[in-house]
Amino acid sequence: MALTSVTYYSILFNNSNTIKLSKKTIFDKIWDNHVVCTLKGGTDVLYIDRHYIHEVTSPQAFEGLRLRGTGVFRPGRTTATADHNVPTKDQHLPLKDKLGREQLEKLEENCLEHGIMHFGLNTPYNGIVHVIGPELGITRPGMTIVCGDSHTSTHGAFGTIAFGIGTSEVEMVLASQAILQNRPGKMRINVEGIPGEGVTAKDMILHIISKVSTNGASGYFVEFAGSAIENLSMESRMAICNMSIEMGARGGIVAPDEVTFAYMKGRPYAPKGKDWDSALEFWKSLPTDNDAEFDMELFFKAKDVQPMVTWGTNPGMGTEITGKIPLERKIDCGSIASFRKALEYMNFSPGEKLEGKEIDYVFLGSCTNGRMEDFRAFASLVKGRRKSDRVTAWIVPGSKQVEKQCREEGITAILEEAGFEMRQPGCSACLAMNDDKVPEGKYAIATSNRNFEGRQGPGSRTILGSPLTAAAAAITGKLTDPRKI
Amino acid sequence: MPTEKLSTITSTCVPLPSENVDTDQIIPARYLKSISRKGFGRNLFRDWRYDNEGKIKKDFVLNDSRYSGSILVAGKNFGTGSSREHAAWAIKDYGFRVVVSSAFADIFCNNALNNGLLALEVTEKFLEDLFERISRDPSTEVRVDLKEQYISVLPVGVPEKFEISPFRKECLLNGYDNVDYLLSIRDKIAEYENFSR
Repeated sequence: MALTSVTYYSILFNNSNTIKLSKKTIFDKIWDNHVVCTLKGGTDVLYIDRHYIHEVTSPQAFEGLRLRGTGVFRPGRTTATADHNVPTKDQHLPLKDKLGREQLEKLEENCLEHGIMHFGLNTPYNGIVHVIGPELGITRPGMTIVCGDSHTSTHGAFGTIAFGIGTSEVEMVLASQAILQNRPGKMRINVEGIPGEGVTAKDMILHIISKVSTNGASGYFVEFAGSAIENLSMESRMAICNMSIEMGARGGIVAPDEVTFAYMKGRPYAPKGKDWDSALEFWKSLPTDNDAEFDMELFFKAKDVQPMVTWGTNPGMGTEITGKIPLERKIDCGSIASFRKALEYMNFSPGEKLEGKEIDYVFLGSCTNGRMEDFRAFASLVKGRRKSDRVTAWIVPGSKQVEKQCREEGITAILEEAGFEMRQPGCSACLAMNDDKVPEGKYAIATSNRNFEGRQGPGSRTILGSPLTAAAAAITGKLTDPRKI
Repeated sequence: MPTEKLSTITSTCVPLPSENVDTDQIIPARYLKSISRKGFGRNLFRDWRYDNEGKIKKDFVLNDSRYSGSILVAGKNFGTGSSREHAAWAIKDYGFRVVVSSAFADIFCNNALNNGLLALEVTEKFLEDLFERISRDPSTEVRVDLKEQYISVLPVGVPEKFEISPFRKECLLNGYDNVDYLLSIRDKIAEYENFSR
């Protein structure tokens, strides 16, 4: 294959690693450590430590390699799973949907051909890519991580630079283990104090996005810091970093600490023995230096956060569950035209109370809230109660491991007793590529990450909330403050 | 694999003034089930173009015969949401070569540029004026000159400078392909693996 551009590009090289800041943020430390070289105009060739792939955004990239007559450069650094279009029932049967089946088969075939580790359907480690990576210890502090999925930001919870990429970039990583990126700006969001009872990490991030807006962090990589973040579990930190993309950020990051190390220890693919000791030493060097500078810094108080829900068609259109939809003259989440369009789609009115709105569907799951902590929270509220008859519920674990642990901890039994059915893992109703679609005009409360028009099916109306808020609605059949249950 | 080159374009525009147009609107997830890069244009803005029965929604701009051209003019924060490159593929496949907005989501912008689709960022003022001009006269033509980095409304509009990274600009002008480039520096990358880590 002729390399048409080689001559031109070689002129563009200049020496990298010229940026030597005395005080570095965790972002600087990791980024600088991964720059292979810098092109004229500041575009970096960034080395990628870990690449995750799934069935929907990878087939065209492998096809590209094939057309170029080349292979995967570092197959050991890519891990595959099937998650986006898998059914959440009867996974042992062949997929009814021909196109979906073709994508799964292609992934299997590509992984086999190129020697890539693949956690396919019906294998013990299968699940949503952003659930299994951390859960298996494949994601580690200090890494650069990419995946053809915007919620790759999730892995930032471990002190990694992790972000979503398109399929052309998937092809770049497969071909060279590197990617071309411009260095984003640096933002720090500090959350201090202790949140009230019934307030989860999901409420914290929905609160932040409602203030920052759906594109307020565009062009930035966001470090989350402060006592309220430090006090969070790894699973909660993942929920926060997961949704950093929903305010437009390139990604989110939390410095690794004892909570991180305790989570990592003993995971199937985490370093062991001597490797663990040297890894730990490296990880401890990562946190942002005192006095390191950010391009922008924001401050929040955990005590100001209440259980949150969205009322519009982007994640920035949210408010307290006890609150009201804003009045036109008070909106700060975009233009009046988009406010009106969103309310028309949702069939809501300005100034309306949210509590008490009837709910038809409940979705517990996704890479935002499909982990053990989320299932424990949901179960804690529905235990000894009954699912409302008006509600259809999709209870979808994030992975086979979560599904297994729910069974072992008795959570599955609690859910079943309350009238819920545990499904099988996958992205499911978050983006409704499979059969889990909310019908036109119906209202769903979802623990996932996007309330875009039609996201959960054509005409579906999505309200985002925490697992506790979803559980409260599942019991009462309407939007309910979980603290009142 | 070189892509189509892009330098100067003069065209009428298709206006889409909505803000925060997300990738689920550009191409809904249920139309991502393909293992090819082709054919996504027919489902571009699917749920805004067609109703649930597949009937054309007459009030949507792509179904409005007054508007056509290879330049899509969109409201602020275009392409927000998922990383699906299918969004860029769909826009290009439909026939657009340039998307003009006052802000783009980061991943969408990369995806567009990697496919020879110019995501052209202008000031809010310029965008507002452009929408007004187009709505007053749908036959309004716009000229985009990538080499000189300006956009102007014809016949007499004041040219507005736009920013683009020198690297991206060279790629678009010459149809360079980033994968080819990265393949050509595999040795350098291997060296990095050996010595820098």
